[in-house]
Amino acid sequence: MNFLRQTAVRLGYAIALLLAVVVLNFVLIHIAPGDIADTIAGDMGGATEEVMAKIRADYGLDKPFIVQLGLYMGNVVRFDFGYSFFFNTPVTSLIAERLPATLLLVFSAQLLALVVGVVLGVISAQRPNGMLSHFVTLLALFGYSAPVFWTGIMLLIGLSLMLPLFPVAGMVDARLMDAPMWRQYLDVLHHLLLPALTLASIFLALYSRLCRASMLEVLGADYIRTARAKGLTEREIVYKHALKNSLGPVVTLAGLQFSAVVSGAVLVETVFSWPGLGTLALQSILARDTPTILGILFFSALVVIVGNLLTDLVLRLIDPRIRSGGG
Amino acid sequence: MKPAADSAPRRGAEIVDKAQHPLREMVVIFLANRAAMVASIVLSIVVLAAIFGPMLHPVDPFEMVWAPFTPPGQDGFVLGTDYLGRDMLAALLNGGRVSLTIGLVAALMSVFIGISFGALAGFYRGLVEEVLMRITEFFQVLPTLLFSMVIVALFGASLEVVTIAIGVVSWTAVARITRAEFLRIRELEYVTASRAAGASNVTLMTRVILPNALPPIIVQAALMVGSAILFEAGLAFLGLSDPNVVSWGQIIGSNRPYILDAGFTVTIPGLAIFVTVLSISLIGDGLNDALNPKLRAR
Repeated sequence: MNFLRQTAVRLGYAIALLLAVVVLNFVLIHIAPGDIADTIAGDMGGATEEVMAKIRADYGLDKPFIVQLGLYMGNVVRFDFGYSFFFNTPVTSLIAERLPATLLLVFSAQLLALVVGVVLGVISAQRPNGMLSHFVTLLALFGYSAPVFWTGIMLLIGLSLMLPLFPVAGMVDARLMDAPMWRQYLDVLHHLLLPALTLASIFLALYSRLCRASMLEVLGADYIRTARAKGLTEREIVYKHALKNSLGPVVTLAGLQFSAVVSGAVLVETVFSWPGLGTLALQSILARDTPTILGILFFSALVVIVGNLLTDLVLRLIDPRIRSGGG
Repeated sequence: MKPAADSAPRRGAEIVDKAQHPLREMVVIFLANRAAMVASIVLSIVVLAAIFGPMLHPVDPFEMVWAPFTPPGQDGFVLGTDYLGRDMLAALLNGGRVSLTIGLVAALMSVFIGISFGALAGFYRGLVEEVLMRITEFFQVLPTLLFSMVIVALFGASLEVVTIAIGVVSWTAVARITRAEFLRIRELEYVTASRAAGASNVTLMTRVILPNALPPIIVQAALMVGSAILFEAGLAFLGLSDPNVVSWGQIIGSNRPYILDAGFTVTIPGLAIFVTVLSISLIGDGLNDALNPKLRAR
């Protein structure tokens, strides 16, 4: 019961955050100079005052701010984000087309960073001053200091252009349209690897350093000494007893990084021409396509919030102390 | 490189036994951290190059001076020329000015916002804390780069707008750290004593608590300069920066279509960003060791 109530509170809070994102963006668009009518008039090569007024009336821009906001919120609740006059498509279908690619990239990068990071962290915790520990520290410094789009371009030059191991751009190979399903999945995976690795490079070593520190702390605990005294093998101690208790901080950190991962995804998508929300965002921003921009901000905030909720869920699964409401 | 950083704190602790004054102790520990020392020297060179470079090498970074894609070292162009035949060295020096300035100003701005939020939340607690921390959480959920992109697109890509767009989205970490420090320090006896002596709330916050809360904030602020430089580079790479000035990210973005013809036009400015941010983070590590002696035993 307690669990259900906590979840409900969290969900309600997440929805409030999302609505706040919508309000903030709507306010921003309104205080910014220029509006949709200006953009359309600019596309037409100029327009008279009457035509401008007509456009404003058509888009509801002549109504008071609060009314416009209310109308917009009403639409958002029904997942209607208006019409993109740049792409000539409803924003919702435009985003529905691009969202899966971004979700795939963001979650596989996080998963890759977590899995590899934890493995490296566990191994280097067993030899705190070994070569691997130093390597991970160097990797962390690199991940923090190198601009992610540059890392991506360097990997592209090295592994796609000089050694043609990976495709240069996009998500699917058009020549495989008629190939069997499994072949197409493999193709997407092939396209995904470099972008996911690039994006993971920011966070991988961060997770691994925290995992190492957390492992070292846990390995010094009394119950580990008890386990040793019981005669358990080192493997059982590390992977069954210590790892489970040192994962908590790592997962928490990963959850906090979701907003940074989504931000990084925008840059990585641009480098690899990945057909996701990031490339769409850049296109619509350059075209001043307001409805699409607002829609993308909403959905990218949604990705972060869902990521945070999932993190909570994982934390509950690995740590029973949180489940009972202790935290 | 790494062994030096690992043994530095221990060596620092030895030396400290002889040192007396806390400030001197800090300096001694920082100087003993070899990685941080090397990083300080590298960063000084970068900063000096950005300040005096354009004067010593007075070439307009926008002017087409030679054949495009001249490799570094050829025909007297130390770093070669880009896709329009513009001098890369001039672009790098002038770009350094812009990248470092924006990084520094944006970081200062976000540190100021962060300290204000954190201090008010940690000092007044209750409703104030609730509201301010909710706003902080809100900014943590917002994908910061996308939000900055929107700000720049809406208000125009000038240096000021770009700086503000970076500053207003990256203060949350400082706010959290400041709040945590204020929550801890406000309960200490010397704060109670000052209050009993008649210090006003403003005095308590700015004169009594803040100076003691500064060490972790300074470390975070140093790191913020690095991340602001990265942030600016990202925006400029996407083409969302002032078109009238050169910056490191902008060089990479505009030369990206030509990586097959001349990879160096992208590699070199990227290395500049990397080396600069790396130096800043190593200095941050060094400051952390020097300012937070309790953590040193790690």
